Amino acid sequence: MKYKLNHLDQLESEAIFIMREAAEQFENPVLLFSGGKDSITLVHLAHKAFYPAKIPFPLLHIDTGHNFPEALEFRDGLAEKYGTRLEVGYVQESIDKGIVAEEPGLNPSRNGLQSATLLEKLREGKYDAAFGGGRRDEEKARAKERFFSHRDEFGQWDPKNQRPELWSLFNGRKSPWESFRVFPISNWTEMDVWQYIKREGIDLPSIYFAHERNVVNRDGVLLAESPYNRLLPGESYEKKKIRYRTLGCMTVTGAMVSDADTVEKVIEEVAAARVAERGSRSDDKRSEAAMEERKKNGYF
Amino acid sequence: MKKEIRNDTGTDMDLLRFITIGSVDDGKSTLIGRLMYDTKSIFEDQLRAIEESSERRGDEHVNLALLTDGLKAEREQGITIDVAYRYFATPKRKFIMADAPGHIQYTRNMVTGASTAQLAIILIDARTGIVEQTRRHSHVVSLLGIRHVLVAINKMDLVGFEEDTFDRIRREYLEFAESLSLHDIRFVPISALNGDNVVDPSRSMPWYKGETVLGTLESVEVSSDHNHNMEDGRFPIQRVIRPQSAEHPDFRGYAGRIDGGTFKPGDSVVILPSGTLTRIDKIYSYKTELEEAWPSMSVTFTLADDVDASRGDMIVQAGSLPSVSQDINLDITWLNDRPLNLSRKYLLRHTTRETPVLVKGVEHKTDVHESRPVTGDFTVSKNDIARLRIKTADPIFFDPYERNRATGSVILVDEFTNETVAAGMIR
Ligand SMILES: Nc1nc2c(ncn2[C@@H]2O[C@H](COP(=O)(O)OP(=O)(O)O)[C@@H](O)[C@H]2O)c(=O)[nH]1
Repeated sequence: MKYKLNHLDQLESEAIFIMREAAEQFENPVLLFSGGKDSITLVHLAHKAFYPAKIPFPLLHIDTGHNFPEALEFRDGLAEKYGTRLEVGYVQESIDKGIVAEEPGLNPSRNGLQSATLLEKLREGKYDAAFGGGRRDEEKARAKERFFSHRDEFGQWDPKNQRPELWSLFNGRKSPWESFRVFPISNWTEMDVWQYIKREGIDLPSIYFAHERNVVNRDGVLLAESPYNRLLPGESYEKKKIRYRTLGCMTVTGAMVSDADTVEKVIEEVAAARVAERGSRSDDKRSEAAMEERKKNGYF
Repeated sequence: MKKEIRNDTGTDMDLLRFITIGSVDDGKSTLIGRLMYDTKSIFEDQLRAIEESSERRGDEHVNLALLTDGLKAEREQGITIDVAYRYFATPKRKFIMADAPGHIQYTRNMVTGASTAQLAIILIDARTGIVEQTRRHSHVVSLLGIRHVLVAINKMDLVGFEEDTFDRIRREYLEFAESLSLHDIRFVPISALNGDNVVDPSRSMPWYKGETVLGTLESVEVSSDHNHNMEDGRFPIQRVIRPQSAEHPDFRGYAGRIDGGTFKPGDSVVILPSGTLTRIDKIYSYKTELEEAWPSMSVTFTLADDVDASRGDMIVQAGSLPSVSQDINLDITWLNDRPLNLSRKYLLRHTTRETPVLVKGVEHKTDVHESRPVTGDFTVSKNDIARLRIKTADPIFFDPYERNRATGSVILVDEFTNETVAAGMIR
């Protein structure tokens, strides 16, 4: 039949619809840019949604200070390419101000600390809605997330008291002190994102593709050599051909051994993968309910 | 070792959205786990995690039901509370499944999941047959206008895989369904625990010659359904795009999603509520100029004349105008803890439009167990289904829900708490 839309067209159309809706319903939205492929896809979708006008909101990146340098470089290039304003919140500043404290230990994760910096930046910028690249297939706790996700004054998510979301009638009404997180690609799977990246020719940071890097194998997680990691006695770095499936703190994001150096090869590899995407992030493993806890506290 | 390849690698696949509904213990979680497991949609480490959890709980087998257990509160209580969405694929189709709780106190969650579904799986325990809950689930499915229903009669292993039991439940269901508006009902005898007729045909039930659950999901034809109304051109304006840049100094585009019919450049259209007649100049999808656009595409129109149109207005095909009115009849599900208050004003959201409303009266409430009107009781509280007469401050342009799900649906919002308090279908 002629009047069909394939799955990527449908998902794209849905995401664009939601972005336009949020841009209208909220006074001052911002796009949370994590640097990863999902938020890069989000920026691409925003560009398409409002074209030929510019993306009508800024990007906000929370810099943990433990980022991959390649990701930062890419971020700056992207903001310039689309002519959007880029704001950066530094976790280090929140630590220096005594708002949060660094985790003790060998590979301290700053993921938990991000929330405080994020909330501070959102307050400072008077942002009433923040777009995120979260997907429902990523993690159990996300499976029940709404497209328009209501947050209280403390940025907290209350999974038991979510607003019903029917048809495509999104309700973004709120009190002045409340805010929303908006997830336009909720319904996408990891495979959908990769296929879309390929179809649209979206550029990604080089670390998504196979390259040589010094890594240490700690409890089955391959951690990159970086100034933020310390080695245990008996450990040493070795050079491996690796790539990343997700990007987070260098201290906790595990690499995978891979030869996939093109989008096509990555898709083949994803197709054969039998380990869930977040499986290589050691912070999720800390407890079965880890993600849910972090979300309640205002994590993306 | 042979590498297993996931099913979802096609770039040009169909997408089906469906909902799975069952009462507690009918085997919904087991069925979903089975569908995901047998379509290889479960990753190794997810599987390992549920193996470990099963062991900790002292379960005998790997409990596939654990796979779909979302939130901590629910894990503790051991029941599904909110709608959760699951994703899986076969080489033929991709699926988005809403996993909805079945208990009466969660009717509102079921309604949420059903609002976007094209098909519903209703589970029945073969031992108990049709129960009150089954009637309620079916009623909601009918109310929400889901055209295709797959009745999965589960736990066939516990009734000796008997054809008679299946036939009896089937007959009873069809009889009861006569009072509903379900258009396409299919029955599949299954054992979710063992996988009989879920993905693979059952060896224990050679008498059943129909499709398996997955086979049905893969083959059901949905493109002609009313959420893809092809007759009445409807385009609610979401946003006016005016770059005012050096490159595009005069561009004025109307961005939105096609909610019915098809549009081509040159078509005569009317803008509501002003009634202005004009023509479509161009239809853009990003930089591409389209020859035609159809339902669920997000596009941007430019118009031949300089007209005044904004968010909340609707561009419609001149040959098929919607109804325009301030007096509307609605079937609603009440979603909020605070009951309907007739002396209060609510806000109505319809397409991209918002307008205050007064509820003029409650026509009747529906007893969903019996699928018949209740008279004399006019309090509308959480999970109730009722017919309301409302009056809107501004006219709205709509089609009956049965004709078009997008232009026939509304929500009511409490103007003080900002909560979504009701889901409504225009009759
Ligand atoms: N014998 C048998 N037991 C089943 C079948 N499907 C589910 N069960 C069992 O019924 C119980 C409830 O199943 P579950 O999937 O948790 O039900 P839910 O509450 O509907 O999600 C569990 O003990 C399952 O093992 C089946 O086909 N045959």
